[in-house]
Amino acid sequence: MGAIPVEHGLILAGILFSLGLIGVLTRRNIVFVLMSLEVMLNACGLAFIVAGSRWEQADGQIMFVLILTLAAAEVAVGLGLIIQMYRRFQTVDINVLSELKG
Amino acid sequence: MLDLIWLLPTFPLLGFLILALAEGKLAKGPAGWIGAGSIGLSFVVAALVAVSFLQSGLQSHTVPIWMWMSVAGFDPGINLYLDGLSLVMILVITGVGFLIHVYSTGYMADDPDFSRFFCYMNLFVFAMLLLVLGDNLLLLYLGWEGVGLCSYLLIGFWYDDPYNGYAARKAFVVTRVGDTAMAIGLFLLFAQLGTLNIQDMLHAAEAEWAVGSALPAITALLLLGGAVGKSAQLPLQTWLPDAMAGPTPISALIHAATMVTAGVYLIARTHTLFELAPNVQLLVAWVGLITLLMAGFTAMTQNDIKRILAYSTVSQIGYMFLGLGVGAWSGAIFHLMTHAFFKALLFLGAGAVILSLHHEQDIFRMGAKRKQLPVGFLCFLIGGLALTAFPYTSGYFSKDEILIAALEVEGQGLWLWLGGVIGAFFTGIYTFRLFFVVFFGESRGHHDATEVKGLSIAIPLFVLMALSLFGGWIPVPLDAVFSHGAEHEEHHISAFMHGVMIALPLFGIAISYLFYGSGILSAEKLMSLPGSRALHRFWNSGWGMDRLYDFLFVNPFLYLARVNAKDIIDAFYDMLAALSRAGHLLIVRTQTGYLRWYVLSMAAGLVALIAVGVLL
Repeated sequence: MGAIPVEHGLILAGILFSLGLIGVLTRRNIVFVLMSLEVMLNACGLAFIVAGSRWEQADGQIMFVLILTLAAAEVAVGLGLIIQMYRRFQTVDINVLSELKG
Repeated sequence: MLDLIWLLPTFPLLGFLILALAEGKLAKGPAGWIGAGSIGLSFVVAALVAVSFLQSGLQSHTVPIWMWMSVAGFDPGINLYLDGLSLVMILVITGVGFLIHVYSTGYMADDPDFSRFFCYMNLFVFAMLLLVLGDNLLLLYLGWEGVGLCSYLLIGFWYDDPYNGYAARKAFVVTRVGDTAMAIGLFLLFAQLGTLNIQDMLHAAEAEWAVGSALPAITALLLLGGAVGKSAQLPLQTWLPDAMAGPTPISALIHAATMVTAGVYLIARTHTLFELAPNVQLLVAWVGLITLLMAGFTAMTQNDIKRILAYSTVSQIGYMFLGLGVGAWSGAIFHLMTHAFFKALLFLGAGAVILSLHHEQDIFRMGAKRKQLPVGFLCFLIGGLALTAFPYTSGYFSKDEILIAALEVEGQGLWLWLGGVIGAFFTGIYTFRLFFVVFFGESRGHHDATEVKGLSIAIPLFVLMALSLFGGWIPVPLDAVFSHGAEHEEHHISAFMHGVMIALPLFGIAISYLFYGSGILSAEKLMSLPGSRALHRFWNSGWGMDRLYDFLFVNPFLYLARVNAKDIIDAFYDMLAALSRAGHLLIVRTQTGYLRWYVLSMAAGLVALIAVGVLL
């Protein structure tokens, strides 16, 4: 398996991150917002892996494991909140939850 | 014995503290005993002190109690200074004060705030004793303000009625005008002479200032300002008639016998200063003369028994000022003493009349009361005769002394004398107008009222009657105090002038009799003359002074207060508040409540930061 240039890996991570960000910004369904967040997290993870393999250090993979657990924890809490939100407002539309506006 | 002077203010202070700390929970019996008893003990001490002072032949005696403060050469002590002048004052204050306290136990017996009344009264006597015993002007000023405070508290004693509160505030504010002048005078004296000790100050003034120079004139004028405020003289006399809103014993004690004469005491105490400023001293005489005449006119037109007596008090203090102004220092103090006797008698008698007639104060709703109120009748007969200087009553001697001294002033003496004699004529008219309207003629109301009984009311009245009749023979030990005045030289006055002085008040009494006693002349006919009604209204309102002050000071002040109701200074701080509020409204618009907006701003911020980091 030939070496994949580091630029390719980073550009892919960037594209993934941007897609995730666009998803967070444009989606109204909070479940999709959460999924987009996952995409962004994984883009970060990919960037770490690429950097780790570029400098041949284990730190990149350690960071990825950290991000993975963080993402799992985040999903657990996030889904719990979404269920609460649905029970309370009977909707998963993020725009409905704008009571905190000044 | 003399060193026991410190007990003199201590007893009233203790009485005040006990009554104040008991918070009105004491029964009326003990409260009355404490209230009157403390003054009684003070009087006993005062009498003992007087005897030993006169026997010792000392000119003055100072009893240091403690050092008040000592800052950079300013070291007023709490020292009690006794000489002939303060001796007379403490005897009057504790003696007449004791009688009035005893009377009050009867007069106020039905009042629910009985012990509060005596609490204030004791505090008043304490402050008044400090005023006359203080050896420095600061201690005097402490007492001076203390009596002012008690006057305020006691005028507004029945605080349920808003009018009483108004009268109390008026008295307080008007006297404050004079007090401010006096305070400035004290500053000036200290700045110039470096001491507030009265005797040191007077000696230094005599040594350093020339007669007729500017500084003594200014300080004397400022002290005079304080004196006219406290003693209700022109132009600050307007508070005293309204002060009659307080209970009648208060009018007798504070607004006739003691506090209002504090101004006379102040001028007599600092008489050296006034002798250094002959023009100001002459001004004192004219202030007294004009006040006594104006108050005399007003007293003739009043219908309220207490207001007549109040204007009469203003008028009599005018005589004292006249005496001070013409250099009859001991004459003025003598008149202060006799006035305390007969005016206290008249007020207490008026109190008995008012109480007997169920708080009726309008003399034209009384009439023919001499059978129903024999003691009141006797009070007003004797008090009235003393007030009009009937020969050989107490008022006769003191007023005589003042008027004869007035005649000897060079230049304006005759005018001062003439004014004083005319004032005495008015005194005869208004005093006996009151007397005839209340006790003679036909009954115009309260037909079946009976006189209040009780020893606590009767005994003080009879003692004061005796003092009013024979008080003129009491020798006052004032020669040592005013030794360089023109006292006790033989006064030469022609028999004709002396005759005029005796006859005019009697003539006034006769006129009163013609109008109000016999009905030969009628006041209604006089009133129907053209212009007399307007004149009556003018005099009745106290020469329109209240209206003038409303116009000059009260209304402009209220107007300014209304204009400036939203404080101009506050505008600056209001602007600060408005600015921060505007900023808040601006920034709050970023808080849309939409999650994506926050995410976007975070991302944009991050991009901007990174861009800055990369580009720089």
